Amino acid sequence: MREALLNIPWGVALILLPLAGGIACFLWQTVTTIVGLIILSAVVISVAGLAWQMMESGVYRHAVGGWNAPLGIDLYADGLSLLMLTVTALVGLCISIYSTGYFEPKRSARFWPLWLFLLAALNALFLSADIFNLYVTLELMGLAAVALTALSGDKDALTGAMRYLLATLLGSLAYLFGVGLLYHGFGSIDIAILAQRVESIPITWAAFGLMSTGLILKSALFPFHFWLPPAHASAPAPVSAVLSALVVKASFYLLLRLWLEIFKPLGAEGVESLLGLLGAIAVLWGSLLALMQTRLKLLIAYSTVAQIGYLFIAFSLAASNSVTAWYAAAYLTLSHALAKAAMFLSAGNLLHFAGQDRIADLDRAVQRLPLSVTAFALAGVSIMGIPPSGGFIGKWLLLEAAIQQSRWGMVAIILLGGLLAAGYIFKVLGHAFTQVTVAPDSPIPSALMQWTALLLACAAILLGFLAPQVLSLLVIGDPFSTREVTL
Amino acid sequence: MNAAFFYALVGVGLFCTGLYALIVYAHLLRKILALNIMGSGIFLVLVALAKRTGGMAADPVPLAMVITGIVVTVSATALALTLMLRLAAKTGRAELPEERRE
Repeated sequence: MREALLNIPWGVALILLPLAGGIACFLWQTVTTIVGLIILSAVVISVAGLAWQMMESGVYRHAVGGWNAPLGIDLYADGLSLLMLTVTALVGLCISIYSTGYFEPKRSARFWPLWLFLLAALNALFLSADIFNLYVTLELMGLAAVALTALSGDKDALTGAMRYLLATLLGSLAYLFGVGLLYHGFGSIDIAILAQRVESIPITWAAFGLMSTGLILKSALFPFHFWLPPAHASAPAPVSAVLSALVVKASFYLLLRLWLEIFKPLGAEGVESLLGLLGAIAVLWGSLLALMQTRLKLLIAYSTVAQIGYLFIAFSLAASNSVTAWYAAAYLTLSHALAKAAMFLSAGNLLHFAGQDRIADLDRAVQRLPLSVTAFALAGVSIMGIPPSGGFIGKWLLLEAAIQQSRWGMVAIILLGGLLAAGYIFKVLGHAFTQVTVAPDSPIPSALMQWTALLLACAAILLGFLAPQVLSLLVIGDPFSTREVTL
Repeated sequence: MNAAFFYALVGVGLFCTGLYALIVYAHLLRKILALNIMGSGIFLVLVALAKRTGGMAADPVPLAMVITGIVVTVSATALALTLMLRLAAKTGRAELPEERRE
């Protein structure tokens, strides 16, 4: 029994289940919600299975169809992939439950197939060990995400989706160009084989430049963030949550992966400092713009721009072989995914309640929607980086790395970013706590919608207490050190 | 300069032309066409490189990449065109509005 469970290829299930579910939802539109929820539960179980398998026997490698690399396409998971898969499954489950209350039946039939395709693409991206396969998952993810953004069909959503589509296609094309060059230079598209063969010649640099630029565009680092706020702000609430929490992280994850496995020997110090600088600007610029917004969803979207800046600061600090900074990047990614999903879901509740999302008109919210406002506040605690929360651990690790390397400018920016985050979160909460004597009747979102937002926010806080466990999962397969890859 | 290298250079040229057009033109159909031209440029580079690495017979892997890439590009173009039509039906113009600061 135990042996049988250990031998199930959980990774394959993680890709096939949502893909099959997406097709089923597309064909039979009356049963979408039930099929979707069953698939999501199965995905959560598969992630748990994979985690157990990896705790027992280390990294997961599966040769699809029995064909090994270089001919076949390998699936590979180490601690970093496992954590991304876990957070995807958790956020995905909460968003799915939330969406059963959010969408009316007709729109729900359109939401489910796209969301399941997106989930399949995300899982495949975290599991692929082949740069061309990664290109295909990137495109599948981008197309599904764009279609989801346009779901409401109004002018803002269509404009946001179009801008997003152009940006994401450009990013993918640049990435594909890089894949072609790497194949030409080193005769393989398998990450592990490339890692052994890669050397510092012009073609590697060209591929590095193209792939990094494409992925940076997709992860919306300043100054390529122009497409993010309109797309994330105009999408329906569960979609905004997926986009901000998972989709943006997926391209950052890919950049991290390529850097760690393939491009590290290049020793591109200038590029790292540039990315760190852009990250620092993104923190300040994103936070300032968030402070200036008058609409709740745009505020949260600009906060995403700022938080992505932190990821790139971690990237720049980590490049000088600082494991602490890598941990910080991973931790910030996880906690931001949970907190930002919670924020967008509670923003969806406030929007549903007030009928619009002007921050100044959020008064009386706390009297009628205490759960949603609590969820927003708890998620805000993690975004600001106040203990005890996942965001605090991430920023603490980041500060530690910056202090170790005496990068005092970065230290100042990390702290300032936290203060600015406090500014824009209290701006929202301040309005939400306004007392009104006459409370007109507004539609209250269902309890399910309120509790899922709160659950995600609590998970973001809880992450602050689970640091040792999370970090022990993260080091499975040793993704961050300069290891020798064995084939 | 052999033929394969020439084709690769043309491919890079197409990529750059497409990028230029994507940035410069406002009309969405032109932007979508520009992306397609960029894609074709990359495919041309891949095909040319297949010839260079393969000796007498062409290397099948880049060709397989090109086929997959074409499939992806077709679906992406279809999605982009649909979005453009919907946007044009809503706003009367097939262009993205200038970004406004609120």
